[in-house]
Amino acid sequence: MPADEPLITARGLTKRFGSFTAVDRVDFEIGRGESFGFLGPNGAGKSSTMRMIAAVSPVTSGTLRVLGLDPARHGPQIRARLGVVPQEDSLDTELTVEENLIVYGRYFDLPRPLLRRRAAELLAFVQLTERAGDQVEPLSGGMKRRLTIARALVNEPELLLLDEPTTGLDPQARHLVWDRLYRLKQRGTTLVLTTHYMDEAEQLCDRLVVMDGGRIVAEGTPADLIREHSTREVLELRFPAGGNDVDLAMIDGFAARVERLPDRVLVYTDDSDAALARVGTAGLMPEATLTRRSTLEDVFLRLTGRQLVD
Amino acid sequence: MATPATVRYLEHEVTIYRRLWRTSLVQSFLAPILFLAAIGGTVGKAIDRHGVGHFGGATYIEWLAPGLMAANAMQVAIQECFHPVLGGFKWTRNFLAAASTPLQPGDIVVGRLIWVGTRAVLMASAYLLVAALFGAVTRAEAILAIPVAALTGLAFACPASAWSATRERDDSFSNIQRFGVLPLFLFSGAFFPISQLPAAVRPIAYVLPLWHGVVLCRALALGHAGLAASVGHVLVLAAYSAAGVVAAVWAFRRRLHS
Repeated sequence: MPADEPLITARGLTKRFGSFTAVDRVDFEIGRGESFGFLGPNGAGKSSTMRMIAAVSPVTSGTLRVLGLDPARHGPQIRARLGVVPQEDSLDTELTVEENLIVYGRYFDLPRPLLRRRAAELLAFVQLTERAGDQVEPLSGGMKRRLTIARALVNEPELLLLDEPTTGLDPQARHLVWDRLYRLKQRGTTLVLTTHYMDEAEQLCDRLVVMDGGRIVAEGTPADLIREHSTREVLELRFPAGGNDVDLAMIDGFAARVERLPDRVLVYTDDSDAALARVGTAGLMPEATLTRRSTLEDVFLRLTGRQLVD
Repeated sequence: MATPATVRYLEHEVTIYRRLWRTSLVQSFLAPILFLAAIGGTVGKAIDRHGVGHFGGATYIEWLAPGLMAANAMQVAIQECFHPVLGGFKWTRNFLAAASTPLQPGDIVVGRLIWVGTRAVLMASAYLLVAALFGAVTRAEAILAIPVAALTGLAFACPASAWSATRERDDSFSNIQRFGVLPLFLFSGAFFPISQLPAAVRPIAYVLPLWHGVVLCRALALGHAGLAASVGHVLVLAAYSAAGVVAAVWAFRRRLHS
């Protein structure tokens, strides 16, 4: 395939399980070297989309090309050039750290001497060199995740798919994973990831789509999305218990939108100082106020709602 | 030269086995020692003393050992294809990991079944060796019972893999063991000739694979295997294995490529 062609192209991509539509006519393109994120609440269709890209889930309708190939006809050829970091660990816990990489590399028919060399390099990259000969079972969650990432790199993939790469990790472990993924991105590996952590998306993604109910509801860079779907700033007002239904008519003109949550009122505004001043002159006495920049989280909640998705 | 995909999966099983072979070796020898000592050595002596004459001139332990070898292969093969198969999807998830590589679902399940067959050959060889040490096997042709016992194992391993690959939970396994495998083990002619069974239930033994494995292993070990009957038994075992492989490939594909 020509170098300027997208690495992944989806047109009207649809996945149905019986009568349930998991992915509903989505279009996207992912370019070489890009770091692309699928965001969305549980059940939005992110993982189903990823499984289709990974050539392990047949497309129901629409077209999908991965590395210029059709997953329905060239599944093994596509998978030979992908790295996959699944949401749930699938390591061989009875084997050692190094054996996990070698056994997995053999699935790609790579020769053992090459795999031993590559295992050493990859373990250094994910900072697990000292654990090479240890069994996997007692490793921490963060170490297992790093080992899974190393395993996904054993075939030197052009494209790395990561399904919720840091879910369940503590902050130190998450930052270490992000740091390694960032290095891969700098080396030119194309990263495609799903996440429901907005900070992860802001850290890692050049471009992302927000999915909800199987559809893509927004697409762009993190900055674009904030610009399009939120205001520059958010003013958070916390009133004494039961005081949330205050009349905020006086900030009309200063706020693009007001959202009342059980514990606080969010004022979406491009000028929080002016909005706050109007609140003060109107004699309202919030217990606490906080001014912050809009984040992807605001965009996300705006687009996908605050209802809990189980 | 490219290694066939099934063999690449098989290598995974061998790597795991290198960690577990000690336990497995103990199991391979312990089962025949216990059974042949307890039943062949004690019950068998009592039976031989009364000379009941159902055993075609052989002593009871000579009659028992080869059939038990087939029945043991069944038990081990089923054990290998219940929890470990479900676990490959749900607990260790190593089938999911392998499916994200160039391997196809069929490569994974066939590679695994080749491994189960290999293990069955090793187990049957251990069984035969122990039986020979007990003096229960004397003829050289008995060595032909090894592949037959292994094939008996596969006749159960293949359909059992298909079954496990369609499960979400493991609760059916113990019931199948209790109400399916154990009665089959006891009543398929390994311990007594099925001519002792009521005529109404005998057809069940003829239809299921174990009796065919038991009878053929015994005929080979005692040196009275006829060609036509032997071919018939092998065909039944092969048919169960083949149908089981087809079902298992279907079940693995449905689960891994959904």
